[in-house]
Formats: sequence, structure tokens, C-alpha cells
Amino acid sequence: MQLIACPWCGPREEVEFSYGGQAHVPHPAAPADLSDEEWAHYVFFRANPKGRFAERWNHSAGCRRWFNAVRDTATYRFEAVYRLDEPRPVTP
Amino acid sequence: MTSTYRTAEGGRIDRSTTLGFTFDGEVLTGHPGDTLASALLAAGRHSIATSVKLGRPRGVAGAWAEDPCGLVQIEEPFPEPMLLATTVELFDGLAAHGLPGQGRLADVPDSARYDAVHHHVDVLVIGAGPAGLAAALTAARAGARVALVDEQSEAGGSLLSGTDQLDGVPATAWVEAAVQELAGSPEVLHLQRTTAFGSYDDGFVLALERRTDHLGGAAPEHLSRQRVWRLRARSVVVATGAHERPVVFADNDRPGIMLAGAARTFLHRYGVLPGREAVVFTTNDSAYDAALDLSRAGVRVQAVVDARPDGAPHRRAECDDAGIPVLPGSVVTGTRGVERVTHALVAPLAGGQVGPSSAVACDLLLVSGGWNPAVHLYSQARGRLRYDDELGAFLPGDDVDGLAAAGAAAGVTDLAGCLADGQRVARAALASLPLEPAADDRLPSAPESGTPAAPMVLWRVPDTSGAEGTTSFVDLQRDATVADIARAVGAGLRSIEHVKRYTTIGTAHDQGKTSGVLTSGITAELLGVPVRATGTTTFRPPYTPVSFAALAGRDRGRLFDPERVTAVHGWHVAQGAVFEDVGQWVRPRYYPQPGEDMDAAVLRECAAVRSSVGILDGSTLGKIDVQGPDAAVLLDRVYTNLMSSLEVGSVRYGVMCGVDGMVIDDGTVLRLAEDRFLALTTTGGAAKVLDWMEEWVQTEWPELRVHCTSVTEQWVTFPVVGPRSRDVIGAVFPGVDVANEAFPFMAWRDTTLDGVPVRLARISFSGELAYEVYVNAWYATAVWTRLIDAGRRFGITPYGTETMHVLRAEKGYPIIGQDTDGTVTPHDLGMAWAVSKKKPDFIGKRSFARPANTDPRRKQLVGLLPTDGRTVLPEGSQIVELHPDGVLPPPPVPMLGHVTSSYRSAELGRPFALALVRAGRSRIGETLHVPLAGSLVPVEVTASVLVDPEGARRDG
Ligand SMILES: [Zn+2]
Repeated sequence: MQLIACPWCGPREEVEFSYGGQAHVPHPAAPADLSDEEWAHYVFFRANPKGRFAERWNHSAGCRRWFNAVRDTATYRFEAVYRLDEPRPVTP
Repeated sequence: MTSTYRTAEGGRIDRSTTLGFTFDGEVLTGHPGDTLASALLAAGRHSIATSVKLGRPRGVAGAWAEDPCGLVQIEEPFPEPMLLATTVELFDGLAAHGLPGQGRLADVPDSARYDAVHHHVDVLVIGAGPAGLAAALTAARAGARVALVDEQSEAGGSLLSGTDQLDGVPATAWVEAAVQELAGSPEVLHLQRTTAFGSYDDGFVLALERRTDHLGGAAPEHLSRQRVWRLRARSVVVATGAHERPVVFADNDRPGIMLAGAARTFLHRYGVLPGREAVVFTTNDSAYDAALDLSRAGVRVQAVVDARPDGAPHRRAECDDAGIPVLPGSVVTGTRGVERVTHALVAPLAGGQVGPSSAVACDLLLVSGGWNPAVHLYSQARGRLRYDDELGAFLPGDDVDGLAAAGAAAGVTDLAGCLADGQRVARAALASLPLEPAADDRLPSAPESGTPAAPMVLWRVPDTSGAEGTTSFVDLQRDATVADIARAVGAGLRSIEHVKRYTTIGTAHDQGKTSGVLTSGITAELLGVPVRATGTTTFRPPYTPVSFAALAGRDRGRLFDPERVTAVHGWHVAQGAVFEDVGQWVRPRYYPQPGEDMDAAVLRECAAVRSSVGILDGSTLGKIDVQGPDAAVLLDRVYTNLMSSLEVGSVRYGVMCGVDGMVIDDGTVLRLAEDRFLALTTTGGAAKVLDWMEEWVQTEWPELRVHCTSVTEQWVTFPVVGPRSRDVIGAVFPGVDVANEAFPFMAWRDTTLDGVPVRLARISFSGELAYEVYVNAWYATAVWTRLIDAGRRFGITPYGTETMHVLRAEKGYPIIGQDTDGTVTPHDLGMAWAVSKKKPDFIGKRSFARPANTDPRRKQLVGLLPTDGRTVLPEGSQIVELHPDGVLPPPPVPMLGHVTSSYRSAELGRPFALALVRAGRSRIGETLHVPLAGSLVPVEVTASVLVDPEGARRDG
């Protein structure tokens, strides 16, 4: 069982967290202006890379706050956690 | 009972006390400190059970968890299957019998308790042998918080099995001193009889402590029997030692054939001679210790059969002194005997060719094919293994973050090396904390071992018996042989994982502790590839079997999942309600009167509500308090309806959709103030909807000044429903003007009852005149009782979830999650009226314009009336359409939809259903069919609202 470092609470058991999928996919500002295809990309399409992936996480059984993380999907290792208002950090 | 194979003295058993036990019905004795296996061997009993597939007699082949043979079932004091005789500590009154590979679970409830403890440390040391003790002492002396766990009954590991000296005195004296020192260190947790069985990420290790198993029937009731330790460590030291492995040869499975190191353990630890005449077959130096120790103890060692051409020159003189013949360049090719080995067949081995064999009489054949470091926990934590050609073993490769192997588990083979390695690894762990090693952390010195001779890597002896490997057992528990591996390879399998699954090797109780590496070696040989190319199968938890009872701990029965009850649960129980689980909630389903079944009770409850008045405990409804200057903005975005236009004092029904436009929840919203709303959700959706709002507020709209919090538990909700509800509410709450004009439908009013604030809301989930009564949960029973008392003259009828469902279905009100399944839009439910056209956007709006969501062939919610007026359609039933000529279309018959809700209706006097049907609204008036029990039930498609479609009843 992994430890995940909540930006507010520090390292906690992974069972306290829930996964929120790909990060940096904002809700379109004006959905009505989008084509069906563009809208479908927002609703249904997400990246699924092997390797580093910026993801949303929620410390759902802790402080209940959302945050972002860069995680390696091949090793499960968290390389960075950052607040929603912070840009994706450059990981080494 | 004479223990004819017990030594005259020695061993770590308490000879002053005798324990009685039975095995296969035979009454036997042993001593405290014995295992079941050592006590059986002391009685001269080697044969334990027959094998699972072939029925061949099998005995004790190891001395601890590596034993692949000695499976037993315990009968007394409590039935437990599939235990190893070698790991069952003897106690008075033990009754057991041998198992042919399959056991029997107890058919009575296990009254023992099991529990779990979390523990956090700086350094966790697994294994209390020389390396583990050295590591634990080093860490403890530096002031680190330490846990030391070991699976045996006492610390010492391999030191308990030999005659090693440290600082010139027996090593066991150092073990005792080390244990005492650790006991005096306040930051050290030292657990024996505790098996670390799973090693996971970030220093998380699961260990099972057997707290009372060794006490048998004398176990105190107040102690849990077993305890799961959930250990989290900054650094883990895996000092789990090594398992000896055999060499495979024909008929290598007979009772009396044993690992050489195991025989040494039985001699030194348990004071047992495993036989009288021994042959020792080895590929390495370690078995010489067994040969010499047994010889000194009076066993006649017929020969040391050493596969190496030069044998072990430095041990030659000792063997000569002891009169032990050594046969270098020789192997055991087979055995004789049935219930017990009687002869070893010994032959020269030269250039890979086996010469003619001769039979050597023996009742004990000791085998050593080398040592496999116990890398299980290292590998489970995703440590990479590397194959060592010289040792013929897989060793830990690079260190995993925060986890390192030490001592024999890391491939170190001598005592001095193990002590030093344990200290080295502990110091590395300290450096990472960081902590300074203590000024004095001296460890005792072990005598220099002589220059060892290199081991020979020999997986199997060519089968010259004519059996073609069919009796050359690799995995004794699975009866799997060299011939099975050859068949797997012959079938084209190359991956060791495939070979494992084809042959089942390594899948039994012991998970291949002795057979795994052998399989890699033999498979590599047969494929003609290096062993490093074959690799090993994956090591997975648990290291040794763990009972489900232990894993469940206290999370069983009523404690398996939290049970949520409402504040008036006691009243429901007293009224004889029948309950149902709704998520974690326990809700009254119906209140049967004497002689009533559910159908009768529900028909009565429904009729009472529609004709007079009923009361429901609706406290489980989700309630979210939404506050802040932007509360209305948030609700406008998450509901399909316009909520900002709602006036204070009013209520509006709302629907929530995902971004895909599919309904995820629904409920009413009360505007409490300009900046405050109470949003009601479905019982099952409460947590999900709060999470949903939080997610959007936090991730998309952090600029909104709004906060959401659950108040589900704080408020109880009692709908009072039916044409006489106004009378009841008016009587109980005289401060409220209940006239329709003063208190209209979809309005709420605050009042008090004896000074207690109460909120009333005219919300109806049945179509009837209805008032929902909200009050602080502390006053629930008092208010509920007042309502019941005031309603008595109208025959107020408490009703449960079943009646609630019928009443709402008669009105076509869907239950989200029952009548919908994540593919249903508000339009599909006939709720286009709840979708705002004024709002520029809300969650899901854009999806409504997708072509798939405007397709007229979408499934839509409709009503169904079975035309026979009798059939209650099972929920989930499929709906089909017949050809105009009345026959079914040819298979595959198109399915038009399915029944989502189905009940008997007191009001309609017949059963009815709700269903999702393809283009359902355009089919109203048509007859479709529901296949049921081999026939087709005709059903009329109707609008979804079957009772009071004009809404004439809601104002009373
Ligand atoms: Zn947190």
C-alpha cells in the first residue's frame, strides 16, 4: 500500500485517496461554440500514457481536497504533487 | 509411550513436562518446545499422509515452512485444515491427522477472536536469526524505533539448529543476551510467532502473529487468537534466511528423505534423531555439518554422496575421523522402500553420465542441493532478482527504496558474514533516517570458517530407473515431476510463468518454496538456455497461508460494514417493521400486521396513504447545506433547472446530470435565504452528490464563494402523506397556517414545537397532499410520536420503503439508479420540463445536442400494464415486439428495453410497471410482450403517470 503525499496533510495511506483522471482538462468556457467532435473530445477522450502522467487526486477520506500529481504509470511512483492553482512542475 | 528416536539429552525442549496428543488416532507424547513433526519423528513416525494425485506415502521433508509434504488437519481443539506438521507447535490435547493435500473446514462457527494493530517504526527487521538480530541491535542502540518480527517460537533462526560458537560460547547464549537487550529498549517491539507474509510499497508490511495457537485448549479467551500487524517502516531489513533445496532424482519422495539442514534442526533443536542409518547426498559443503553432527549423535552415516568431482577436501579429515565414507563425484539415482526409504541407489557421475548404481541401506536419506535465499518479501516489494551462477540461486539485485535484504537472504553463507551484513544494512537504514550509529555497537565474533569448496549446481540426476522422470518429483505437494516439465516444454511453452501454470508447480500450499528454483533450473536445462534467461515466477503474498478469519479480523458479521440507523429506529423495531438495507442504511421496508405477508402489508399501507394519511421515516434522504454569496450560481450550474430564480420560502425539484448529459441524481432544493439552500439528494446518492459539488467548486470554479456540507445526520425527515395530512400537521403545529393559500405546494415554513425549531415543506413523492417534517435529530422520537398520536384518529399508518416505491411509481416518479442506469437523459425520463432553456450553460447541457441524445429511437420511460391484470413482471425483464402476424422475430430477437420497476397497485387494482423502452413514448397504446417462464406476457404501453395524471390530489 503506497503512501501518497497530500499537499495539505502530508503522506497518507493510498486508501484515503480517490483518483480523478487526467489533470489539466478544463471544462470548456463556451461548450455551445464547440463542434460535436470537440465536445466529445472533452467528454470522452483522455490520454493513457505509459510513463509520466499529470493526474487529479482527491484526499477523499482526509481533508477532502483535490490536488494534482505527476505519477509514473509504469512504476506507480509519484514524482510530484501540486496544488490546482500551480502549473505542472518540471520533473527531473 | 517410548520416544525411541529421542536423544538422551540436548535440544530446546522441556523434558520435565510431557504433553499428550493423538495423530491418526494413535496416542503419542512429546514435550513443550516440540512441533507436531518433531514429536512424530521422535516416535519414529515419518509417514504423514498420502499425496494428492498419486496416493504415494509422504513424510516430513523439511523442518519449517519450506516442507512440501507434511500436511495435517487439526481436529482438536478446533478444526483447521492444511497446516504443516513442522510449524504446528505441540500442545497437550492436540488431535490431528495427515492430509492427502486437501483439508476440511470447520462446520461450526469459529469462536476465537482475531484482530489487527497498526504500528509505525523507523526500522522493521524481519527475521531474528544472526543477521536480523545484528540489524535490530544496531538500530536499537542508535535510538531508532524498531520492530523485530520472527515466525518461530523463539529468536535465533539458524543458530537454534546448529552448534555455532560466538565469542567462544554457544551462539544461543548471545541470542538470549540480544533478546534481553532488545526487551530493555523502550522503542523496540519484538514479536515472535509472527510471520511477515506480505511486503508492499513504501515500507508497508503485513505480519500475522499467532498469539494463542500454541496453547491449544488452554488459550485464554480474552486474547485474540491471531493478530494482523500492519507495519509501516521507513526502512525494512529482510533477514529471512535461506531455504535449502533438494536435488531431484527418481523416487525422491519417500518418507525418510529429508533436507540435510532439516535433520540438523531436528537433532539440535528438538533432540530427535530422524533415523538410525543415513545417506547424505549433497552438492555443497553445508550437508557435511549434518553428516558429522548426526554421526556424533549416534546415527550411522553410511556415506556422504558428493556430486562434486573433488567433494569437499577440507572436510575430508573430519569425515575420516568419524568413520564416514565420502563418495565424491557420485549421486543418488533412486531409492527403494514404500512407507519409508530403505535404500539409496548410489552411482558415479562423470561427464554428465551416470554409471552403474549400487544400493546402500538406510532409513534416512538427507539431500542438499544448495540454498535459496528467502527473497519472497524482497521480490513482493518489486525488488529485482539476479541469478547467481555459482550459488545456483536468485539473489536480491539492487536495493528497493527503503528495503534491503541482509544475511542469508542476501546470499551470505557464513555466520560472521551474516552478522556483519545485518549490521551493514542496519547502518545504511540509520543513515537514511538520519541517525548516528551508537558509539559501541559491537557484535560478537564468529570463528573463521575454513575455505569452502565451491558448490555444484545440480538440479536433477538423470533418470536411469526407466520411469522417464515420472517419479522424479519437483513439486511433491502437486505430484508434479520432471516429466511434467518436459511435457510443458515439449508443448512449446517457454515462459516460466506458463510452465508453472501448465504443470501447477508452485501453486500448492507451500507456493513452491522448494520447487520454484528447481523448476527454473530444469526448464532452462530442457530449453538449453541459461537459468537467468528463464528467471523465476513472480513472488506474491502471502509468504505462508493466512486464514481468512485472521484477514477479516473484527470486520465480520455486524461489523463488516457500518450500519446506519435513523434516530427513530427503535420505534420501527418496536413496531415489528421488516427492514431492508439501502446502502449502509437500515430502513423499514414495511410494517406487517399479524398474518400479513409483504404484498398484503404494502397493499394496506398504500391504500391507507391514498385514502387517509401515512407517515414515512425519510431521514436517510441526503441533505446538503449550500451556503455563500455564490450558492445560487453553483446550483444553477449543477442542476439542469434554474435555481437562482427560486424564492426564499420555496422549493424546486431539480435534476443533476454528468457532463455526458446522463442523469446522476435528483431531488428537491429549498431556498433558505438569498445565500443559502438545502439540497436534498437520493438516499444512495448523498455522498456522491456532495463529492460532485465539491469537485466542481474546487477544480473548476474556485472563484465561487460557496461552501457545501452534509447535514444528512443532523436533520430527520418525516413525510406525512395523504388527504388527511393537513389535519395532522395542523394539529401538531398550531403555529403554522396550513391552508393551501398560506402554505402552498412546493413551499416551506419554519415553526417551533415546544420551543424546538421545526421546518415543514410541502413536497410530495406520492402525488398526495403531503408535508415533510424536518427537525433536529435529537428531537426525532418526540416529534415522530406527536405526529403518530395526532394522526391516530385518522388511522395514521406508518409505511416503509416498499410502499414509498409503489406510490411514487404510480405517479411515474423515477428512482435514479433503479429506473435509470447512467445512459438516461432527463428527456428520456419525460422531464424536459426540468431542463432550463434560459440558462446559457450547466453541466451536461452541451451533450443534449449530441446526435445520439436527440435520436428518437432512444429508450424512454413509460408505464406497462400487463393485459391479464394479474402478472407482476419481474424487474429486469426484457421487452420484445411481435411481428404483425403475432410471431416472434427470428433470433436474435431485438430487445426493446427492460422493466425497471414493477409492483401491485392498490389504487389501480392490478399490477403495473415502469420500463425503459426504445422510442417508448411513440408506442403508447401499443401492445408489447415480456418473455416470462417460457411464455410471452402481453403488456400495454402507457404513459409513465398512471395515478392522478392531472395532479388533482396534491393540494388535498
Ligand atoms: Zn489532505
